[in-house]
Amino acid sequence: MTASSTKPATRDTDRRSRRDARHDALFRRVLLFCALLVLAALLGAALSTLWGGREVLLKDGFNFLTRSDWNPVTDTYGALAPIFGTLVTAIIAIVLAVPVSFGIALFLTEIAPSWMRGPVATAIELLAAIPSIIYGMWGLFVFVPFMSTVEPYLSSTLGKLPVVGALFQGPPLGLGILTAGIVLAVMILPFIASVMREVFRTVPARLKESAYALGSTTWEVVWDIVLPYTRSAVIGGIFLGLGRALGETMAVTFVLGNSYNITSSLLMPGTSIASSIANEFNEAVGLHRSALIALGFLLFVVTFVVLLIARLMLRRLERREGS
Amino acid sequence: MFTFKSRIAILAAASLFSVAAMATDVTGAGSSFVYPVVSKWSAAYAEKTGNQVNYQSIGSGGGIAQIKAGTVDFGASDKPLDQQTLAKFGLGQFPDVIGGIVPAYNIPGIAPGKLVLDGPTLAKIFMGQISMWNDPAITRLNPGVKLPDAKIYVVHRSDGSGTTYNFTHYLNQVSPAWKAKVGQGTAVNWPAGIGGKGNEGVSAYVKQLKNSIGYVEYAYALKNHIGYALMKNAAGKVVRPNTKSFQAAAATADWKHAKNFELLITNAPGENAWPITATSWVIMYKKPKNLEHSKVVLDFFKWSYEHGQDAARSLDYVPLPPSLVQQIEEYWKTQFKL
Repeated sequence: MTASSTKPATRDTDRRSRRDARHDALFRRVLLFCALLVLAALLGAALSTLWGGREVLLKDGFNFLTRSDWNPVTDTYGALAPIFGTLVTAIIAIVLAVPVSFGIALFLTEIAPSWMRGPVATAIELLAAIPSIIYGMWGLFVFVPFMSTVEPYLSSTLGKLPVVGALFQGPPLGLGILTAGIVLAVMILPFIASVMREVFRTVPARLKESAYALGSTTWEVVWDIVLPYTRSAVIGGIFLGLGRALGETMAVTFVLGNSYNITSSLLMPGTSIASSIANEFNEAVGLHRSALIALGFLLFVVTFVVLLIARLMLRRLERREGS
Repeated sequence: MFTFKSRIAILAAASLFSVAAMATDVTGAGSSFVYPVVSKWSAAYAEKTGNQVNYQSIGSGGGIAQIKAGTVDFGASDKPLDQQTLAKFGLGQFPDVIGGIVPAYNIPGIAPGKLVLDGPTLAKIFMGQISMWNDPAITRLNPGVKLPDAKIYVVHRSDGSGTTYNFTHYLNQVSPAWKAKVGQGTAVNWPAGIGGKGNEGVSAYVKQLKNSIGYVEYAYALKNHIGYALMKNAAGKVVRPNTKSFQAAAATADWKHAKNFELLITNAPGENAWPITATSWVIMYKKPKNLEHSKVVLDFFKWSYEHGQDAARSLDYVPLPPSLVQQIEEYWKTQFKL
């Protein structure tokens, strides 16, 4: 009786383990499929924009990248002005947003009284949920008039300085690269700040308390303990924001001025890849449409290159830490 | 015995048939310029006849592509197709509504309708060659108006649009320099200024920027209370933009010699004609695959010419003058095989 009862039991576990193995394999395949789906979507989007832009790329080749004129009447297209505008506005946004986000995150994790941390953190996350068209309208109707009163001061003070002065020339339109950069900064700030806050909270209290016990100031704790501990995640957060700034469309379209210019002055209007596409796609036919799709492909390339640089920077940092 | 499910299916099929017998749904796509008035007409027309006209405002370029592909019953475009394309695809086209484009300005101290411009001056302003408001070219046209010693900020459309197409077509005709340097198109390489998206974008910029000038559809200048200029027309008369001068442009334009109504009515010769007047076109197959649908489309536009005038006026569009409507109905009879 005892012998006969153990036998079916082993057969039972056998069957179970076979079934488990089958499930495991299935599970693994499902996960693989999910991962491949993302890759396929990315590759598909990249290839189809490349295919859509083939007309202009075959016609102009590398000139498409280096030419700065964009003339639908004569059907000549150069992508330099949109690329320039995209990069410059994104850089301004990052330069402004990173220090402020850093301050917000530090305040919330190190300095703020605990009753304040929750509400402010929620408010920041709410900021991230505002649709970009709202930022665009705020930019156009509130911020642009404000900037047009500030810009005369900028050009009469900073504009007089030797090298930097070139950045602040031109009429006080209120619109332009600087305004677009600032609006973008406000938009990406919540993303960077909430990532930073999350990672600062992962720093073990023991480390910080030890440093305080040794007599460190708050600044020393932040600079020598918190930041090195979270460096790669912080840089990841910054590049998340940069990625968003590069591809942002509607808000930029409203305040950038939409003119195919490459100027040294930040007060002049410009254009960006995403806003050019949003502006002209509806009524574009033939080579014009092809040029806009090719611009879309360039946005892929620009974003990819930027992320690649970020990865390389991270790896170098890690290596230096290791040595 | 019917099961419950099949009974529902039969009911659904019966109701589908009864709707199909009563009304026809037709679809159109294209120009965003005509969208407000077409959708208003469509609602009133559906109430009257039960036929539904669905119009998608996807832009003129999209409308032309869709009618060529045969996915819609009619396309609508702010620029006419040329004879070659029409013949190749067996398409016909006719105007549906008129709109006026006005130079819109924001000069402190100068009320709407107090500034007079002419074509060559307007072209020079938009090329950046006249850059001050007190330039002699402008003051000569405006005796007694105190123009400021201020820089002119030019505002243009940043998106491709029929408004830009007609505006640049006008400048092309009145200024050889513009024709050589910039040319005409739904989007052009602007020599000066900043770009606003849509009529609303340009209106917003002009409203905010002191000493600026742009061009918008008349309705937008009225709605936003921004200044609009009077223009010296081809007959040398200074005219005010309004329904009458837009209609005068459409009436005096040379439609008789325009095969398939391929004619832009800017710089029309009439004494009272507003020089920057634009029409929009409906594009259809002359021998359509779906007779039923095309008949409804023509009936819809016939109805809109007769009964849609108030709706058009309330949205600041201008109905076609009777002489032109007559020509269009003649065109339908002779050209369309329905």
